[in-house]
Amino acid sequence: MAQSSAELHKKPSPQNHHHETFPWKHIVGYIISLVLTALAFGTALRLHLSTTMTLTIIVFLAVLQMLVQLFMFMHLTERIHGDTFQKIFIYTGVFFAAVVVVGTIWVMTFKSAVS
Amino acid sequence: MSQFMNFANTFLMWKEGPLIWISDVLIGLTSIGIIAVLVYFKAFKWLWKEWLTTVDHKKIGIMYIIAALLMLFRGGVDALLMRTQLAFPNEHFLTAQHYDEIFTTHGTIMILFMAMPLVIGLMNVAVPLMIGARDVAFPYLNAISFWMFFFGAMLLNVSFVFGGSPDGGWTSYPPYVEKMFDPGPGENYYIMALQIAGIGTIATGVNFIVTILKMRAPGMTLMKMPMFVWSILITSALIVFAFPALTVVLAQLLIDRIAGAHFFSTTAGGMPMNFINEFWIWGHPEVYIVILPAFGVFSEVVSTFSSKRLFGYSAMVGSMVAITFLSFGVWVHHFFTMGAGAAVNSFFGISTMAIAIPTGVKIFNWLSTMYKGRIRFTLPMMWTSAFIPSFVLGGGVTGVMLAVAPADYQFHNSYFLVAHFHYTLVGGTVFGMLAGLYYWWPKMFGFQLDERRGRHAFWWFVIGFNVCFLPQFLLGLMGMTRRMYTYPSGLGWWIPNFISTIGGFMMGVGFLLLVYQIVWSVRHMPRGVADDPWDARTLEWSLPSPAPEYNFARTPIIHGRDEWWYIKRGKFEQEFVEPTIQPIHMPKSSGRPFLIGLFMFVAGFGFVFEWYVLVVLGLLAVLVLMAWRSFEFDYYHHIPVSVVEKTEKALGRL
Repeated sequence: MAQSSAELHKKPSPQNHHHETFPWKHIVGYIISLVLTALAFGTALRLHLSTTMTLTIIVFLAVLQMLVQLFMFMHLTERIHGDTFQKIFIYTGVFFAAVVVVGTIWVMTFKSAVS
Repeated sequence: MSQFMNFANTFLMWKEGPLIWISDVLIGLTSIGIIAVLVYFKAFKWLWKEWLTTVDHKKIGIMYIIAALLMLFRGGVDALLMRTQLAFPNEHFLTAQHYDEIFTTHGTIMILFMAMPLVIGLMNVAVPLMIGARDVAFPYLNAISFWMFFFGAMLLNVSFVFGGSPDGGWTSYPPYVEKMFDPGPGENYYIMALQIAGIGTIATGVNFIVTILKMRAPGMTLMKMPMFVWSILITSALIVFAFPALTVVLAQLLIDRIAGAHFFSTTAGGMPMNFINEFWIWGHPEVYIVILPAFGVFSEVVSTFSSKRLFGYSAMVGSMVAITFLSFGVWVHHFFTMGAGAAVNSFFGISTMAIAIPTGVKIFNWLSTMYKGRIRFTLPMMWTSAFIPSFVLGGGVTGVMLAVAPADYQFHNSYFLVAHFHYTLVGGTVFGMLAGLYYWWPKMFGFQLDERRGRHAFWWFVIGFNVCFLPQFLLGLMGMTRRMYTYPSGLGWWIPNFISTIGGFMMGVGFLLLVYQIVWSVRHMPRGVADDPWDARTLEWSLPSPAPEYNFARTPIIHGRDEWWYIKRGKFEQEFVEPTIQPIHMPKSSGRPFLIGLFMFVAGFGFVFEWYVLVVLGLLAVLVLMAWRSFEFDYYHHIPVSVVEKTEKALGRL
């Protein structure tokens, strides 16, 4: 909806933005993301596995969660020809995410040296 | 009676003494005053129709700026209370607890509720006008952003008269802010206020990326955009990439505090240092989020008032992009003393120094723009000229000193650091935003601010600023640490502190003169000033002042940078997409963004006191309002040609 309002400023043709189809993708994605969240909580609170095992499982769930977000909510599969902005922003986002994760692990390794 | 006194002491903070009682009286009187004025002028309907429900980017921008100036007053009063306390050794005007609360709210308000809304306000006012758009891409979302910010700010501001202010510093470091050590509602206020305002900020980031990428007038390629628009594009990208880190870290802290988790506690595997790590992953880009728009303003102001094209346009763009990437690789310099090891500290020290390079490029570009220009020292130009030495010497050079990790062990958390970041944030952001405010004021309101009174404000503020913060470098080197609520005599700290306090009050006088200038100009300055009073260069000055609701009656076609300057000089011909005026498609006003903000406030308030009935009610109401929007299809209208023609005629445009 919001997207169409940006478009509309350029071409004021009124009744062309009624969504006829039910947004199944979003609803399914929403349910999957809720289930993944519940699974992560369950793994941490109920399963009593070793720390490494718990971490491995919840990181795996986090990656799945990210894929759900990207493909079911964020229109990653929609291709707009000649639109390089999306690519630039997605790659920059991936780069910053990597910097944050790798950087945090690197910065916080000191704690094993301290303890 | 005793029950009431119990309530008054626990929640209304009456046990805290006269400062709170005075505040209560003042808040009461102000509220009564506002309501009385609204009743007297029968202005409720006007307020609701014209302002509270508006989705017009110009009005939203003005509301952001008004709110930011009010917050500047609040944060400034905090600052003066602190400076009064520190004017003499062994003073006990404020207790330690009060002092802690005051420096916490001072920092939080000044960065998140003064600098941010001032930046966002100016970008709201200027960006659509500069790119030839009729509004932002998502006007309704823009209104939601504003009300999220507004009610977030209100939530933080009620804390001190209802339940107690946060007292963990604006950085809110655990383990101190964990429930075990800091049980009151204050820290919850901090968390919820920032979360609610943060939603608005992220939405603004998305909004302006889309606006700038999708809604430029035909012909305006990226490299033909005004530099301010470039700076906002990059700022918006930084917001979208950095603010989620703050959201996550505050959510973790909230879960620690109200659900008993151990992300940052000292027991059960918690790691307090990781809060600091995550906080500054957001915190350092945030520094650039508030300074890059100021850089954008300076670029516009310098080129306008030197009557010259901006020197080194592509170098400016390149250096801002470089700053974006570098700003995500420097966050450890806020906690070198954590002791993450030589390799980590060297890496982040060097990356921090590297940021000085693109910043220096920009400084030289501004100087080169001024070189051989015909400089007019108007108010915007004066603030810009005050910025360059303050930012380079006070902020930049000391910043590189702080980046030297071994030396930072000496400077860390001392008044040297306090002076450094005030030179960047006041000397950079505040000067920049004031320059922008003066620059775009005629475009916003249709009259100029009086120069002579503005000069008084300028000199009081700028001299006071240096008198206030230069001695603090010395204090830092003499060993005074930040956040001390009082200090013993005999350390040689008294004189620099006393001078600093004088400077603080001079800045206060400067602020009052600024307010006087605005009030005087509202009453006395002639209306209907020239649409282009500065002989400026960019598209917004081709419009009437103030611009009509729809901004552009016809969409302009852009031929190059500084489009309006070359139209005035006869180098470009003014062309439009539509040969004649067409009906203009505009969004409808809506009261729901205001209500969404209000119910987020209710939910946030519930979280603060863990009154979950309020949380559920507030969030349900928000959900209903959002669902309502999803089923709304009649959210726009067309301004008919006759109305547009009438408006344009009244403005002398037809």
